[in-house]
Amino acid sequence: MEQMIEILNNLHPEIDFMTCKTLIDDKILDSFDIVSIVTEINNEFDVAVPAEEIVPENFNSAQALQAMVDRLLDD
Amino acid sequence: MSFVSSGFILFLSVLFILYYAVPKKAQWLLLLIFSCVFYAFAGIQFLSYVVLAAFTAWFTTGRMHKVQLEQSEYLKIHKSEMSRDDKKVYKTRMKKRQRLWLIIALIATIGMLAVVKYTDFMIANINTVLSAFKSQTSISFLNIALPLGMSFYTFQTVGYIIDVYRGKHPPEKNYLKTLLFVSFFPQMIQGPISRFSDLAPDLFGKHQFAADQFAMGVQRILWGFFKKMVIADRVLAAVNTIFQEPSAYRGTYVLVGMVFYALQLYADFTGGIDITIGIAQSLGIGLKENFERPFFAKNTAEYWRRWHITMGTWFRDYIFYPLSVSQPMLKLSTGARRRLGTALGKRVPVYLATIIVWFTTGLWHGASWNFVVWGLLNGLVIIISQEFTPFYDWFHKKFAVSERLWFRMFQVFRTFFLMSSIRLLDCYRDVGLTFKQYVSMFTEFGLQVFIDGSLLKLGLNTADYLILLIGTFMLISVSMIQRSGSVRENIARKPLLLRYAMFALLFVVIIIFGAYGIGYDANQFIYNQF
Amino acid sequence: MSQIGKKKLIVINAVALVVIFAVLLFLQELMMPKFMTEIPEGALISEYYEHKGDNDVILIGDCEAYESVSPVTLWEDYGVSSYIVGSAQQLIWQSYYLLEEVLRYEKPEVVVFNVLAMQYDEPQSEPYNRMSIDGMRIGLPKIKSALASMLPEETLASYMFPLLRYHSRWQELEQEDWEYLFKRDQKSHNGFLMRVDVRPVETVPKGRVLADYNFGENSWKYLEMMTELCRENDIELVLMKAPSLYPYWYPEWEDQIEEYARDNDLLYLNYLELADDIGIDFSQDTYDAGLHMNLSGAEKISEHLGHVLQQNYDLQDRRNEADMIAKWQPKVDFYYNMRAAQYDDLEKYGYLKNFGGRPPETIKE
Repeated sequence: MEQMIEILNNLHPEIDFMTCKTLIDDKILDSFDIVSIVTEINNEFDVAVPAEEIVPENFNSAQALQAMVDRLLDD
Repeated sequence: MSFVSSGFILFLSVLFILYYAVPKKAQWLLLLIFSCVFYAFAGIQFLSYVVLAAFTAWFTTGRMHKVQLEQSEYLKIHKSEMSRDDKKVYKTRMKKRQRLWLIIALIATIGMLAVVKYTDFMIANINTVLSAFKSQTSISFLNIALPLGMSFYTFQTVGYIIDVYRGKHPPEKNYLKTLLFVSFFPQMIQGPISRFSDLAPDLFGKHQFAADQFAMGVQRILWGFFKKMVIADRVLAAVNTIFQEPSAYRGTYVLVGMVFYALQLYADFTGGIDITIGIAQSLGIGLKENFERPFFAKNTAEYWRRWHITMGTWFRDYIFYPLSVSQPMLKLSTGARRRLGTALGKRVPVYLATIIVWFTTGLWHGASWNFVVWGLLNGLVIIISQEFTPFYDWFHKKFAVSERLWFRMFQVFRTFFLMSSIRLLDCYRDVGLTFKQYVSMFTEFGLQVFIDGSLLKLGLNTADYLILLIGTFMLISVSMIQRSGSVRENIARKPLLLRYAMFALLFVVIIIFGAYGIGYDANQFIYNQF
Repeated sequence: MSQIGKKKLIVINAVALVVIFAVLLFLQELMMPKFMTEIPEGALISEYYEHKGDNDVILIGDCEAYESVSPVTLWEDYGVSSYIVGSAQQLIWQSYYLLEEVLRYEKPEVVVFNVLAMQYDEPQSEPYNRMSIDGMRIGLPKIKSALASMLPEETLASYMFPLLRYHSRWQELEQEDWEYLFKRDQKSHNGFLMRVDVRPVETVPKGRVLADYNFGENSWKYLEMMTELCRENDIELVLMKAPSLYPYWYPEWEDQIEEYARDNDLLYLNYLELADDIGIDFSQDTYDAGLHMNLSGAEKISEHLGHVLQQNYDLQDRRNEADMIAKWQPKVDFYYNMRAAQYDDLEKYGYLKNFGGRPPETIKE
């Protein structure tokens, strides 16, 4: 989880990612950010996020992102 | 059949009456029949393209789904005896089988679009190359007529096929329902590009007549007609004058044309979408909004999140994301990071994907180089402004102006000007000419055009300008109010009589001030022949 | 909305629709051209409805019909009640459907059709379509006439709701549009457009050489339909060609009409050939150098036409019928008053300022 927060903080230092649950709905993350996150996840967690996983439910919060990564790792 | 025709009004009236008269479970069938009739009006031969596209989608998604069912069945039975790696291998194998159908489907649907829309463009380019080599031979054009709305329904179909492939939802089992999804007539001409999961429940559902919903729909249709007929079709005269004779209309005229074209395109496109969404709403069907006050955007990326939204999200979900998170791209990214450093390296895949997306977007808008250049310029502007982010951050930290009204207005005007400049490529349809004209706007600028009556020689008289001024003022006002809530819901809360008066007034305004029909000219009656 | 009862809601809806409809109707009346101060030929067709009924003779056709025969003369000299349902460049199918329209209201003994319209086989011009069709009341003949006459850029809807055609006239509204919102002045004398001025024939332009002198298929079709319609209704159809020197009436055309009249046992009166016999003087009897008859020319033709019709078709002299006298006396008065007024105009201005005339210096030779 810390790793994930760090990835996000690098993109938007001004956001409190521990509490924010509306990263997509409030348009905090744009499509460039999302691709950066996927690339970072690929680097840090060594897991490929397929395009179909890029949906608001998976990217709205750090927790959701982490849950997605865990699920993909588990698969 | 154009939206702006008495035939279409009649068509729509008959549909509305029948729609709420037939048994509820037959409503979708009625929509299908009317969609086919609508299409047949454009050309009965075009109907076959739609029927075929829908068949491709229906057949291939059915096959994919069979594989998906087989997989879940198999996994359920063999769950305990399979290791994680076994499962992975099995899943990959099954995914491959699905992918085969996906590829067939994409080749068939996009292939059809490519052949019909882009063959002549390719031939033209090959001929250019041939003549550059002094070759005497040239290939003749196919001159295939582009079926109505093909770009739109092809994208909608492709999105549907990919969503089934991704397991987002099961496919539609009924071919006729698939056909309706592909051919639903209100969105045929200019979108929005709908997703199956959004549209299907409403499209195939049963709808009881609800007076307030219906009235809201009709109100939206009227508003669309107002934009199209009173504003867009009126300013069109001046737009045509300016852009059809580039050598005569240079300098300041280019600026005037740019602004007029922005108004015309906005009023025409959003008006058409209002009519589309209004029709759907009258039928009890919700469609996604396609515009969100785009001219209030403060930068290009934001503009494109607000203009033609369903197209933007289509490109994002089906091209930009898959491309930029694909294995080759990720490898490219890792390689680039090693060579160029992290900061620069991680931009490579994103920017590459951006350029490809905008190249495709340009090509999708039209099969010619001016559209490709138009698309690439949009992509370029977005990338540049992304690169400027650190500078902007520094600037805003140093000068706290970002919340000031004048600065926000500056941003809005800057974006408007930039987008309108790029849009000139769409007006002149020739890259070289566009740049020449654009340069003349700066080198030959003069204010005399605004005061010496030149503007009255563009095909608009004083009354026309007055209507345009009032109409534009209304557009802007509605947009301003929209920022703090729905104008329509506000109106819905007003007393019935007041609402009626507003309806009637809008209707009369369209009838009287719409730019349609044969302009009456008493001079034609001068008695010289009989 | 829920507080409002269902019944009340229906009433509100109905009232609102009626009000909107009334407003649109008002706007339509306002925007439609009135043809009161200029181009009086635009007002002709709608005037028929005020004079419909009890006409022994109906004349149909283009300008040659409404400029060449004077119903008042027919009445004064022969006691024949007649009306000219004529309009500028009336195409033959328009004539046919106007005849259908007339038959909804009355059944004349004789219908006279001016054959110049045979030259047009296809729709010609939107403004002239309007002058022939807009004046008709809404009904099947009007719809059929519009459908047969429309040019590609026209729509049926705009004939049913002319507001769709004239809506942009809000920019050009003049005093006459308000003044004549709900009333019209009488412009014609039972369809006859009076002109007392004279512009003699100086040169007669030669007819252009045509590629094909045969009348078109469509023209024949409607002439046959017209013949049939008259036969069905026991009406005598008479063909007529006014003595206009131009547009040129080709001998080949004459032959075809003569043959058709013979084959169908119709009376055909060619006043180009009869001109000398009835005393038409082209230096006195035309107001535009031979295109159209002026009052004196029209009266001469009427003299002859009335005689021929009465001889051939046994038309009653109705000058002893009290209700007919009551009906015609105001028309006769109007006729002579206008004649006097036109002479006044000529004296005062040198041209028919108030009767659709143009100053001589603006007329191209």
